[in-house]
Order: sequence, then C-alpha cells, then structure tokens
Amino acid sequence: MPSALINVPAKAKRGDIIEIKTLMSHIMETGFRHTATGEVIPRDLITGFTCRYNGTEIFRADLFPAIAANPFITFFTTATASGKFEFEWIGDNGFSEIASASISVE
Amino acid sequence: MLSVLLTADAVGAEIPPPERRSGYSFMTPDTKAMQDDDTTNPGMLWVLDGEKLWARKAGGADKACADCHHDARTSMKGVAARYPAFDKALGRPVDLEQRINLCRANQQQATPFPYESRDLLALTALVAQQSRGTAIETGSDPQLAPFIAKGRELFMQRQGQLNLGCANCHDDNWDKRLAGSAITQAHPTGYPLYRLEWQSLGSLQRRLRACITGIRAQAYDFGAPELVELELYLMSRAKGMAMEAPAVRP
Amino acid sequence: MRKQDSTRRQFLGLAGGVAVLGAVPIVTVRPVEATPAELASAIRNVTGGAAVKTGKVKLDVPPLVENGNTVPMTVSVSHPMAPEDHVKSIHVFNEKNPQPNIANFYLGPHSGRAQVSTRIRLADSQKIVAIARLSDGSFWSATVEVIVTLAACTEEVI
Repeated sequence: MPSALINVPAKAKRGDIIEIKTLMSHIMETGFRHTATGEVIPRDLITGFTCRYNGTEIFRADLFPAIAANPFITFFTTATASGKFEFEWIGDNGFSEIASASISVE
Repeated sequence: MLSVLLTADAVGAEIPPPERRSGYSFMTPDTKAMQDDDTTNPGMLWVLDGEKLWARKAGGADKACADCHHDARTSMKGVAARYPAFDKALGRPVDLEQRINLCRANQQQATPFPYESRDLLALTALVAQQSRGTAIETGSDPQLAPFIAKGRELFMQRQGQLNLGCANCHDDNWDKRLAGSAITQAHPTGYPLYRLEWQSLGSLQRRLRACITGIRAQAYDFGAPELVELELYLMSRAKGMAMEAPAVRP
Repeated sequence: MRKQDSTRRQFLGLAGGVAVLGAVPIVTVRPVEATPAELASAIRNVTGGAAVKTGKVKLDVPPLVENGNTVPMTVSVSHPMAPEDHVKSIHVFNEKNPQPNIANFYLGPHSGRAQVSTRIRLADSQKIVAIARLSDGSFWSATVEVIVTLAACTEEVI
C-alpha cells in the first residue's frame, strides 16, 4: 500500500473546529504529457477523496489533472464524538486506498 | 595562452564560510512552510516507505536492515552528515545510496536497487532524516583529500555547449537569478529532497545530472565516480551547515 | 553509450532546436489550453446558468509562483456554517491548463469552517476562479491572476 500521511488532532473538546491534513503518495499523471520520443504517458489520477467521521461522510472532493502529484488536501470539521476518521482515495486503474485516524473528544 | 586564461577565469572566488546559505534561504515563504511542517512535507511519504523497507527481510540472507542496525532513529543518527565516505574495500568514496546498495548486496545478498527507484530513495530518505539538524562533517577523513580535489576540479571546469562550470553560477553569481529561478550556492544540505519541479523526491546525483544537461554537456551516468566526487566536494564545502533532509526545493 | 547520445539529442530538441524538434513526432491529444468557452461551460455545469456574485470567497495563491508544478492554494468562504445556512460546495477552475477544472470540494454545516487547501498545477500565468455554492442556492466567487515564472533548467520526463 502506498504511504499516506494523515494529521488529525489526537484530542479535542466537543464542539471544537479541527483541521485535518492529508497527503497521499500518487503520481497524478495527467494524460497530457509526452515522453521525449513523443509517446503519450497514459493518464493515472486519483479522481476522488472522501472522509467519513464515525461512518458519516463529512467531506468529499473531486480531483482533476490540475491537482499536483502526492495530493495534499486539508479541511475542517467539528469534533462531535470520540471515534474514527476514515479516508478513502479512489482513482484510475482501480486505485483504491483507505487510511484511518482516531480522535478522543471530551 | 588561451587555456591559462580560461583556467584563471574559471577558478572564481569560493564563498567565504560566513556567507554560506542553504538553498532554503532562497525560497518563498510558501515553499519554506512546506518543508518546515512534517505533516505537509511530501518528502515524509518516502520516509514512511523507508520505515517499512527498513523492517522488511530481503535477499538470500533473509535479513532486514533492522536485524543488524536495529532502530534507525538511533543507529543512523548523524550518518548521512558524513557521506560520501571512504570505502576501504573499493579504495574510493561511496555516497549514501551506494552504501545502502553495498549493504544490500553484501549483507542481505539481495539485488541492488536501481538509482532513483522509489525503494532506494525511500531508504536513503529514512537514513538522511536521522541527521536532520546535524552539522555536515563530510570530508574529515584524510583519505578523501584526492577525491575532494577531483570534485573541486570538476566544479570549476567549464564544459558543454554553453561552456559553463558549476562555479560560474554557484560561486560567482549566486545572488542573481537565472530566468525565474534563484541561483543558489549549491550546498547539498537537504538530499534526498522533494523538488516541486520533479513532483517527487530525488537524489543529489539526479540534480547534478540535470544541471550538467542544463549547460548542454553530456551528463555522467548514475553512479559514475565523477558524480560521487562532485557530491563529495559539495558536501565537504558545506561542512558545518545543518542537514535538512528531506528538504523541499522549487 | 548509444542510449545516452539519443537522450542528449532529444534534450536539445526540446530546448528549442527547430530542425531537431521537427524530427520528433509530437502527438497532440487535446488543445494545449482550455479555451474561455470551456471555462465558461465548466462554470455553467456547476451553476446551471445562475448568476454568480463577486464576494464572500477568498482565494489564496502566492502572487508569484516558484514552480507551476506545485502551487499551494487555499480557498475560504466568509459565511456561517449553520444547518439552515451554510456553504455546500466550493469549485475551483483555471483558464489555461489543458482542462478547466481543478477540484470540487463538498462541505456541510458540520465543517465548522468553509476552508480547504490543496496544491495545484498551473501550466502558465493565468486566472483562477473559485465559486462557492450556498445552501440558499446562491453562488459567490473570487478570481485571482497568478504569475508563474519559468524554471531556468527543466528535465525530460523520467
């Protein structure tokens, strides 16, 4: 599995607005590039990202070729309960990866 | 007569130690921020891969790096700050990538990783990260002296269709710009590093080859003694500066 | 050795040797850049033709970009994030990449703050547009001009 870097605060107070940062290993090949000999380099993209918090979707993104390699996405959410964040990246060539992080909410 | 003039011209003033600056100091605040925070530095993805590889058994010996070297965070501390280092068996300097591959071939009895492969960059990044903040010590070994001299010669020598030596930009013009890019002082404090241009981690050899191609000279092959001598000269020239690997550069 | 020679020739071709370039087959799969019509059509796909007002949205991109391959970008919307009134989505577009879309982000009242960051690619100096859709069906936008400097030395694809 390719490495992913997830940053979620380990602890938060109920109602806190917290920032979540994600970084996923991926080449994000646009399909618009050519090799020096003129051959098209086939498209290989992550096209979708979803974050679920205790099973409920809280954030989603559609990604296009203009997203840089090793997609970095940060967003906010409200800490409501202790539990698990689940992150999912899907893309071309059957790419599908899941990572998770837990949070303790007081 | 001509060659004498060229030589005199090419040997520009080397940068006095108090004026030395890491490539980091030439970057915009946004790029600095990307390097400063491990949760945003894409180079950390390779370090994570390196941690997995460190623990994975490989080769005929069925040994992992960790079986001999245990926890990289302690055993590899400061190691990258001493590379390239003299290898007694080969009688010449080897860089960190070559050291990892020698270990792989001799100790693990495994196939060496290709240059610039994800696996080699990942292990190098893991090892180099353990020297973050450590002052560079490369070149202290007296056996390295003739190789540093060769590297220095290569750095000063004009070559290629543009007839430029490394020193013409990086010693003589580091306070200026070349197109949109800052010309830096060529201190390799952060390798392997994540270049925004590459959208990937890459080695110092990759950077040197790109620079040599840029002056329209024939780049040495990966692993060529000339590239290791250049690496060695550059690292010894940066002696005392702090390691930043995995750094981020434009 | 032969391989190196050919690699070198190709670099020179890319560096602007017209005669050499002519010998390299260049296949164009798409228009080199999105046209204003494509940008307008991509925006219309999101808004359905509704009016887009300027304001509320802040688009942060460095005014001078060090490398167009990786450009940090933050979009934020100054608007409450309450169940009855919030930002539902943020859509980002560009003018001159081969394709007009950059990303769509879907939020909700639980987001707390309508702010997202990512890193984007910009093929050239150009205009970037961010549009926010609010829960009342209105659309708000911000536009910035970004200058992308060209790197002195580039490498071929490896």
